[in-house]
Amino acid sequence: MDDGGSRRDALTRLLRVSGLGAATAGLGVWLGARSRQPEESESGAYKIREVIPSDPNLPAMVIAQGDDPRLLARRSIDELGGMRRFVAAGDVVLIKPNIGWDRTPDQAANTNPQVVAEVVRLCRDAGARRVIVTDVSCNDPRRCFSRSGIPAAAVAEGAEVPLPEDHLLKKTNLGASLGSWLVLEPVLFADKIINIPIAKHHSLTGVTLGMKNWLGAVSGPRDRLHQDIHTSMVDFAEVARPALTIIDAYRILVRNGPTGGSLADVELKKTVIASTDPVAADAYAAKTYWNLDANTLLYLKIAQERGLGRMDFENVRARVIRT
Amino acid sequence: MSQSALPRLRRLSQVLFFVLFLIHLFGTEYPGTLQATTGDIRLPVPYPTIFLLSDPLIALSNALATHALYRGLLWSLTILIPTFFLGRFFCGWICPLGSLNHFFSNLKSEKKRGLRLIESNRYKTWQTLKYCILIPLLVASLLGGAVLTVIDPIALLFRSMTFSALPATNVALVAVLGALYRSGIPGAGFVADALRFLLQSSLVSFRQPHFRQAFFIGLIFVAIMTLNLRVTRFWCRALCPLGALLGVVSRWSILGIEKNATACDECKRCLLHCQGGDDPIPGAKWRKSECHLCFNCVSDCPSGRIRFKFFPAPAATQSSPQVPRRRVITGIVAGAALVPVLRSATSFAPERDPRLIRPPGSLDEASFLARCVRCDACSKVCPNNSIQPAFAEAGVEGFWTPVLVPRVGYCEPSCTLCGQVCPTGAIWEITQEEKAWLPAASKPGAKPVRVGTAFYDQGRCLPWSMATECIVCEEWCPTSPKAIYLATATVIDSEGRPKQVRQPHVDPNRCVGCGACEYACPVKDRAAVYVTSVGESRSQANQILLRRG
Repeated sequence: MDDGGSRRDALTRLLRVSGLGAATAGLGVWLGARSRQPEESESGAYKIREVIPSDPNLPAMVIAQGDDPRLLARRSIDELGGMRRFVAAGDVVLIKPNIGWDRTPDQAANTNPQVVAEVVRLCRDAGARRVIVTDVSCNDPRRCFSRSGIPAAAVAEGAEVPLPEDHLLKKTNLGASLGSWLVLEPVLFADKIINIPIAKHHSLTGVTLGMKNWLGAVSGPRDRLHQDIHTSMVDFAEVARPALTIIDAYRILVRNGPTGGSLADVELKKTVIASTDPVAADAYAAKTYWNLDANTLLYLKIAQERGLGRMDFENVRARVIRT
Repeated sequence: MSQSALPRLRRLSQVLFFVLFLIHLFGTEYPGTLQATTGDIRLPVPYPTIFLLSDPLIALSNALATHALYRGLLWSLTILIPTFFLGRFFCGWICPLGSLNHFFSNLKSEKKRGLRLIESNRYKTWQTLKYCILIPLLVASLLGGAVLTVIDPIALLFRSMTFSALPATNVALVAVLGALYRSGIPGAGFVADALRFLLQSSLVSFRQPHFRQAFFIGLIFVAIMTLNLRVTRFWCRALCPLGALLGVVSRWSILGIEKNATACDECKRCLLHCQGGDDPIPGAKWRKSECHLCFNCVSDCPSGRIRFKFFPAPAATQSSPQVPRRRVITGIVAGAALVPVLRSATSFAPERDPRLIRPPGSLDEASFLARCVRCDACSKVCPNNSIQPAFAEAGVEGFWTPVLVPRVGYCEPSCTLCGQVCPTGAIWEITQEEKAWLPAASKPGAKPVRVGTAFYDQGRCLPWSMATECIVCEEWCPTSPKAIYLATATVIDSEGRPKQVRQPHVDPNRCVGCGACEYACPVKDRAAVYVTSVGESRSQANQILLRRG
């Protein structure tokens, strides 16, 4: 007997090898057909939120002044028609404060925690199912969140305050101008969004107020946005469509913004500005605290052109209250 | 209790201490808190680096180099003093690297079977190599260079985990979690959430850590583990300088083996699982300095003729390690020569690498090198991942010492975690008030603890050379008043039109060298603004200005 074994053996072996060869060829052809240039997948999608219809009997902007930040927040929203005008029972609400920096509340680089907490409480009272408070910090988020005092105050009123971890950010196409960004997921799915920036100085735009706060809703190469900051800010504001803008001007950062770090940079204004018109609110704060005319702030002009609001805040129904 | 039950107890102790080590390793990361913090941010785990603080070799090196003992290193006495009485119980019962070596030594190996295994567990003269490492280590420390503590076992394990094992595990787990989320399988998202919750701030860090030399450092660790397949606990027997130190110290210990040679039928089972290679077999002298007190020989002896006993008969014991006198002298000479040779290099004095940026609170370079044991706990704890192991920045002597790499992460102005975890004071513990980077959180009149100074690479800077607005560096600059200031300039764009842009400049009087500008610069590959060490508070020589605030 030779080593090859019987004819039957030889035939089976040949069949097996042929099968293996055919399978390999098949796999190769199949893989070859699958070959295409890799492209990034986008998992998120944003919905266009409806704007709260204006009511001729109610002011569009309320400027509340007084000693207690919580009372300022509450009274200003009351004057605008109460939180129920903006938040319906069962809503998921995203509150977007500024928690950008590793700074304590008295350094006025992050939104006042008491203002945020009071807005959370009002949302819960209005029947909101979930109230989410978060931000994409610049400094280490763990430090920023803890130092800002916002998580402690907001959680006590029933908010969720998730850190902006990677899994909370969804790659989303935000339209032709902005392109694809990692967006905080609640921005995409929330029924209502409330913007609560703090009023601060900023070298590029003169001030950072409500519209600049939207840069904190995304992660990624946002430092490149500064090259066309005015258009970028408005682009983001169009995506976010807040039901309400509340500018915290209890303490404002008058210079060395947006980081500050010295109490000499802080001025006590004891004011909260609540508005359904994000453009008017920014225009008012810029004029009042930095004496910047709306005409000099290009982004306000662009925002008005796109119909986001009015930069001539003098002609907006406004009410000033003292608490 | 019968002595033959001791190996089981020992195994329990090894597992417990290894878990404790992991808890402290994972605890060397700031997890964040919901509570509002205004003062210094501290780790929630007390003594996160307790294993390093309890290491007698680190303590002895620190004492020799500084003629003092840095805070916390007194913990080392909890290991050292019992060793006087009991011998190397630390190696067999506590040491986390030893336990890993023990684990890998137990894996089946073709090179260690039957008679070959028994033969390989006899005492070998090469086991004295570790003493020849210990001697120059201590002599170099005495002369002001802790360079050889790089092979301290606890520091080695901490470093290998920090730089290699944990970041790699993190990458793998995040990939698995991502695949689960994307899979669309019902329930997979829930499983992923549960896993993330369980693993957060242990195996899955808040942010993915990245380290230079991760592969290289991991490779060394794998090599040490693999050696166990050739020779049981090769590292512990031949290389470990801490084992050597404890071996020397145990010469006075009162605990020892007593073997009844007359009734021995020479089955040699006592050698089968011997960890230290210390000849527990009757007929040979038991080598006290090599024994890890694993008690395997006691439980393996079929006739129960090997017993541990206090005050055993001295005749059958070799108490101190037998290192040939010539090697001792060579070791001393080598140790004495090492530091002077290293310090004569230009990298130490006249030609410091400009990127040798030490973490805030670091002592001057000579004092730093006298203390740093390269445990790299500072790298593990840094919330911004900015502390990286040096490759060439600090010369040969500073290999694997910590350097700040602002492109990876800047130094957070209010953060003092690296100094909190440093076991030796190479990075001295400071508070944020002493660091004084922010006027709002500084001691009145305190000068900031600077780590360097920022410079512009104007050819790469958008407003300087591309007629484009930017100012991101100024936005991020954390000092107040800001060290980066802007000057409006008229530049010409590519169409020949004049255009106004704000160009950034640095005021070195205000710059602390945090590197936030370099980190945030949108020119992503090589930033248009970068920090070098000049102006660092710890050096009198490495300065620019005549007077600096």
